[in-house]
Amino acid sequence: MKTNFRTYYLYLILFFLAGVIIIPLYVSVMGGFKHTGELRTNSLGLPIDWKFENYTSLLANSDFWLFLWNSTVYAVGTTFFVVLFASMTAFVFAHVKFAANKFLYNYFLLGLMFPFATAILPLFLRVRDFGLLGTSWAVIIPQIAFGLGFSIILFRGFFRQMPKEIFEAAVCDGCSYTQFYFRFTLPLSTPILATVSVITLTGSWNNYLLPLIMINDESLYSWPMGIMVFRGEYFTDWGKILAYVSLTLVPAVVFFFTLQKYIVAGLTGGAVKE
Amino acid sequence: MRSAKFDALLSRYYTIIIFLIPALTIFTLFVVLPIGEAAYYSFFRWNGYGAPEKFVGLKNYEFLFKNRVFIMSLKNNFYIIAISLFVQLPFALLIALMISDKLRGAAFFRTVFFLPFILAEIVTALIWAYIYDGNYGLVAAIWGFFGAEAPFILGDKDWALLAILIVIFWKFFGIHMMIYIAGLQAISKEVLEAAKVDGAGPITTAFRIKIPMLIPTIKLSVFLSLLGSLQLFDIIMPLTGGGPSNVTHSMVSYLYYFGVMRMKVGFGSAVGVVIFLICLFIAIGYQRTLMRDDNENKF
Repeated sequence: MKTNFRTYYLYLILFFLAGVIIIPLYVSVMGGFKHTGELRTNSLGLPIDWKFENYTSLLANSDFWLFLWNSTVYAVGTTFFVVLFASMTAFVFAHVKFAANKFLYNYFLLGLMFPFATAILPLFLRVRDFGLLGTSWAVIIPQIAFGLGFSIILFRGFFRQMPKEIFEAAVCDGCSYTQFYFRFTLPLSTPILATVSVITLTGSWNNYLLPLIMINDESLYSWPMGIMVFRGEYFTDWGKILAYVSLTLVPAVVFFFTLQKYIVAGLTGGAVKE
Repeated sequence: MRSAKFDALLSRYYTIIIFLIPALTIFTLFVVLPIGEAAYYSFFRWNGYGAPEKFVGLKNYEFLFKNRVFIMSLKNNFYIIAISLFVQLPFALLIALMISDKLRGAAFFRTVFFLPFILAEIVTALIWAYIYDGNYGLVAAIWGFFGAEAPFILGDKDWALLAILIVIFWKFFGIHMMIYIAGLQAISKEVLEAAKVDGAGPITTAFRIKIPMLIPTIKLSVFLSLLGSLQLFDIIMPLTGGGPSNVTHSMVSYLYYFGVMRMKVGFGSAVGVVIFLICLFIAIGYQRTLMRDDNENKF
């Protein structure tokens, strides 16, 4: 009897909490379908008079697509180079013995503790002096730089757990390090490649501060910048803003459910068992 | 005749150089040097054009620590840290303990609680800006239900910070819960079964076995939480933008408004250096925990 009671309260708490998480998301998605008047009178219920215009006008808005496209370019560009450079570096740290190995590894590790905010002004000046302002590289390169540390740690941890025998056998057969990296290491590392890619993609996709600093040209805005501009334009027209929010929410949720395993593995550093 | 051994050695050096150069160059140019430059620029009054010439010594720092808004932002960051460490993390731990057991629907709750973490911070904050809206939001509806005129929480000096703290809690407790669940799963089943045989109930097990064995994991989540709290920016912008009357700035939003937007490179860098020093202070405290080789895979 006692256990039943406890389970009962446990579920009560958990469902309450789940409600606290889900209700704000639910009212946002539904809010996009409501008329302004209805938002006032009917916050919680389903829309009485479904209004699709908020969504359709956004979907027909070329800026909306442009900002999504820009963010895609930033995310894919960043991820490609982070995965390539970090895995190469981690490969050397994991397999090649040389004097400065440990030192260089710690160099990257220390960088992990540097807050991005400290660097923003000098970073902006460097990007400007390199003539990168007004290009996608202004966002991509700093994102690569700040993404390397954590990715190197994840890659190195994974590479070190790979069986040494493959490596020794391959080297004996006259396989060079470079060949080994491309022929064996990368193909055998799909889980960690996926994890690092997913983390880097999401980090870049959601990044707000860096594009905000680096980008002045509206044609290069990322979607978080776009949504903030949109908010400024339609300050209390919540229906429109919520539609925008929902349209970015849905892909994020779908993405998460598809790749949940890798996201969680990356963030917790070890896999959470199903 | 070059020996095979020599070839292998040569190949090794090429590999080291070619494989390390891209990452090392980018990392040095865009992470390490800017941090050093921030320290240097912070002694100048400079708008970023030409060379920094107007050396002002510690004036930027002096001004900073006399500035009411900055002190407020510093305090806000400490409130955020305090709430994160003393409310959010224990709560996340409690939930992790509740659903890591063989509870039916555990996977469902885990996913739901983790959901806010995957949303962009900007989007999270916009959703909550709507919830808090005194005319249209959920708050308006709840107050309306009781026949009262809803307040504009985000426009109220006394409540705005609390409103932000609630959003932070909502968004981030899930990731800490997930980290704890990962840690709990690593505890060996034998230990837990032995405890059960010895007659330990769930509460005794939690306090005597699970939590003590979770200490490294807890340290990790405390560290992540500290660094995250110190760099808070995205959530503040859509909610209050630092207002009303500049009472809800974080150090980073202060840096953005008073350093970046006015292109005060020297002054802004001084703010950056303060943030850096606080992070460094924390990192040194954590050095032994984080730098140990056996721990690095967890990070």
